Amino acid sequence: MTEPTIFELSSSGRKGFEFPKSDVPKAELPKNLLRENLPIPELSEMDVIRHFTKISQLNYGVDIGFYPLGSCTMKYNPKINEETCRLPGFLYLHPLQPIATVQGALGLMYELQEWLAEISGMSAVSLQPAAGAHGELTGGLIIHAYHQARNDKKRTKMLIPDSAHGTNPASSAMSGMHIVQIPSDHRGNVDLNVLKAEADDTLAGLMLTNPNTLGLFDEHLKEIIEIVHNAGGLVYGDGANLNALLGISRPGDFGTDILHFNLHKTFSTPHGGGGPGSGPVGVAKHLVDFLPNPIVTKIEEGTNDNPPLYGFLKPAKTIGRVKSFHGHFGVIVRAFTYIMMNGDEGLREISEHAVLNANYIQARIRDSYTVPYDRICMHEFVAEGRWQDAPEVHALDVAKRLMDYGFHPPTNYFPLIVHEALMIEPTETENKETLDAFSDALIKIAKEAHENPEILKSAPHSTPVGRLDEVRAARDMILTCTFPEVSE
Amino acid sequence: MYIPHTDADREEMLKTIGVKSLEDLFGSLPKEHLFRHLNLPPAITEMEAFNELKYIASVNETTENLTCFLGAGAYNHYIPAAVDQILRRGEFYTAYTPYQPEISQGTLQAIFEYQSLISAITGMDVSNASHYDGATAVAEAVNMAYHQFRGKRKKFILSPGLNPQYLETVHTYIPIDGNQFLGEDLPLSSPPSALYDLIDEETALIVVQYPDFFGRIYDYTQLIRKAHDTKTLVAIHVNPLSLGILKTPGAMDADIVTAEGQPLGIPLAFGGPYLGIFASKKEYVRKMAGRIVGETRDNKGNRGYVLTLSTREQHIRREKATSNICSNQGLMTLAVAVYLSLLGKQGLRQVATLNYDKAHYAADAITSIPGFELVFDTPFFNEFTIKCPVSAKKINEYLLDNDIIGGLDLSEYYPALKNQMLIAVTEMISRDDIDALVDLLSEVAK
Repeated sequence: MTEPTIFELSSSGRKGFEFPKSDVPKAELPKNLLRENLPIPELSEMDVIRHFTKISQLNYGVDIGFYPLGSCTMKYNPKINEETCRLPGFLYLHPLQPIATVQGALGLMYELQEWLAEISGMSAVSLQPAAGAHGELTGGLIIHAYHQARNDKKRTKMLIPDSAHGTNPASSAMSGMHIVQIPSDHRGNVDLNVLKAEADDTLAGLMLTNPNTLGLFDEHLKEIIEIVHNAGGLVYGDGANLNALLGISRPGDFGTDILHFNLHKTFSTPHGGGGPGSGPVGVAKHLVDFLPNPIVTKIEEGTNDNPPLYGFLKPAKTIGRVKSFHGHFGVIVRAFTYIMMNGDEGLREISEHAVLNANYIQARIRDSYTVPYDRICMHEFVAEGRWQDAPEVHALDVAKRLMDYGFHPPTNYFPLIVHEALMIEPTETENKETLDAFSDALIKIAKEAHENPEILKSAPHSTPVGRLDEVRAARDMILTCTFPEVSE
Repeated sequence: MYIPHTDADREEMLKTIGVKSLEDLFGSLPKEHLFRHLNLPPAITEMEAFNELKYIASVNETTENLTCFLGAGAYNHYIPAAVDQILRRGEFYTAYTPYQPEISQGTLQAIFEYQSLISAITGMDVSNASHYDGATAVAEAVNMAYHQFRGKRKKFILSPGLNPQYLETVHTYIPIDGNQFLGEDLPLSSPPSALYDLIDEETALIVVQYPDFFGRIYDYTQLIRKAHDTKTLVAIHVNPLSLGILKTPGAMDADIVTAEGQPLGIPLAFGGPYLGIFASKKEYVRKMAGRIVGETRDNKGNRGYVLTLSTREQHIRREKATSNICSNQGLMTLAVAVYLSLLGKQGLRQVATLNYDKAHYAADAITSIPGFELVFDTPFFNEFTIKCPVSAKKINEYLLDNDIIGGLDLSEYYPALKNQMLIAVTEMISRDDIDALVDLLSEVAK
């Protein structure tokens, strides 16, 4: 099933929207600045709605079914969030309005900064970064600026465990670091011996994803942080896996210096088909002055009669802005709503059940799939999508076959340290029936891999399109529609 | 909230796992600080949360209740009702990045159409699937030029007419380490020709803005020709809505186009989420950061779409990638695709023309008040800089008392420009609004 492109549906002269007639005289634009043709499609409003509705039906989302994409925390996106972020008092605010007119918005941002600090054990939080990787870049720049400010300029080495998130190396490189990878030991922890050997006076920091992408909480967390700190480095915590730790264990309590949050993972804001996310960054006390410009602050404390006055503050040694304005405010309102509705106990229950669900699937499929680091996992775990006695089958085939059973596949081929990885993160919002149905499907697919591998190799069979030729896409490089003939 | 487990479910699941309680699942964590109480407000229900948020929102004064002449990088435009209806489809907004193309054709086709529409309005060959916003798109253009010359060219010319928030973001992103930034300290009145003398064989990139921060429109064709003599790249940052009527950057032979996509159907929302538009000539596509969707065929010969050229990206190239960008502004590209599809050729022309005409009516009316004058005699689109007889701060306070958000007080970025104001006029402003503004300006100037 395919749908023509919006350009193919165009018919010259159609209109989908009309603005009111002008109430001012016509002004002339210099001829040399006029554009010639404008080759964009022309459709009625209904044509547009039907087109985008039809293509939406070719998509799979959390609203449709189970989406156990590892390290992506595809939990349910509460519908109230979609209402609160669209309240007129939030939607129709210009970012540069006088602060006296936006006290509600600033107060909300201030509270969220405080709540995230409390949840993570960090001292202060900036809501400006736009996504997880943007938060990592912000953190890397803070580490760079911290060492520069101490005139300790030789510190440019960033250590990244091989079980860390995929964006970490590129984020570090962008903040002026060179990268040394640290291997994992046989239990999936950071290899302490290698870490010690690399912890010298050129060490800028360590980017630690904990729990890591194997879904394991590092058993030597305290030693790791001590080694890095003793060598003069800073510890960056990749908070993408924070859904395992809410109300359980705070990274800041163990000396994490910087941590980014993914509001679009842990705090239930939707992923939007690849964004917008939001990647706030929290820091320990000694790094507060380096946060991006600006952060929200209380300019005047409130009294019994008057609310506090909120405004912006430029941190003293700020790394500068990392984007325009103040962050993804619409996403911030959604996360705020979510935390309000959960509170202390609710957050703890989220992580407890996220971990329960992951362990449950792990226990259910353990006999059918190799789980290379077989211990109690956190919010996700990694299995191998391969069998010695079914050599032609790969993780990709398992992933594609799962679509025929009505599920979104897990993350595959990541982390790189597991062969044919299937990284499964169920989240807390899935019920036992769904987890059972998914486990049953995986077990059945493991059987099929041995008895009828062809059905896996040719999967999916029930999707709007079959397996797509990625090599052809890269070779042909068709990156735009064909534009209609210009008729001026 | 949102946890469906019954007590019976929990018991059975714990039994299957082989542990006695939920707490047993956290045995590998340090015992210190475990399950510590979080000092947060007590949980409330949806009904209570909605009321509380309605109250917080009501404390703000909005562009619905105030007349807004403020722009400076974010603009108050009308958004057709159909845009949000599509954005609210769960199939779109509850999906992840389309890593599994067989069940993500909706997102992929929407991005492919977005790329095509951006290419069409800018006159460029290719567009990526977005950056975070206009500021980060400009920073990524600098980053891309650096990589295009493999770090061998270290001079970057930044126009003094660039939005100061973009300049700040570029400096945050790009470490100084031997790089040289020129041009941004030139007098604000400098025309593009003032940049000619700065260009040499060491220059990687020139970044200009169109219309620029002060609203001015320049034809950059000559500048680009000059830059290409030394193989220097040129990036033009545009207001995409203006391209309904303005000559395209493609027609000027620009190498890279960036834009803040907010004017194309994205609400003001106190500054985000917005959209970083990024387009270029085809020859630079392999150095372009961010995701790109390409057309292909499935195993039955049907047309379909996939993320392509991913060997450029961070998850493959790791630390050697041009950028670390991963999540971008997926849903915002959908907003732009729907907005442009609805408006079509006629609608986009109409809205751009309305902005142009209203801004010019406003400029004429304001400069007819004694003491008010245009700072530049350059053509402009929907925003212009005026010099006032009193401080912009004083004017804005007076306007706000009369339910008007005035233009940007330029002294906030340029302390010397106390009496200068940047005024934006969009299709949301009526002739009566402008006349009322003029009356108030006359009063405050007395």
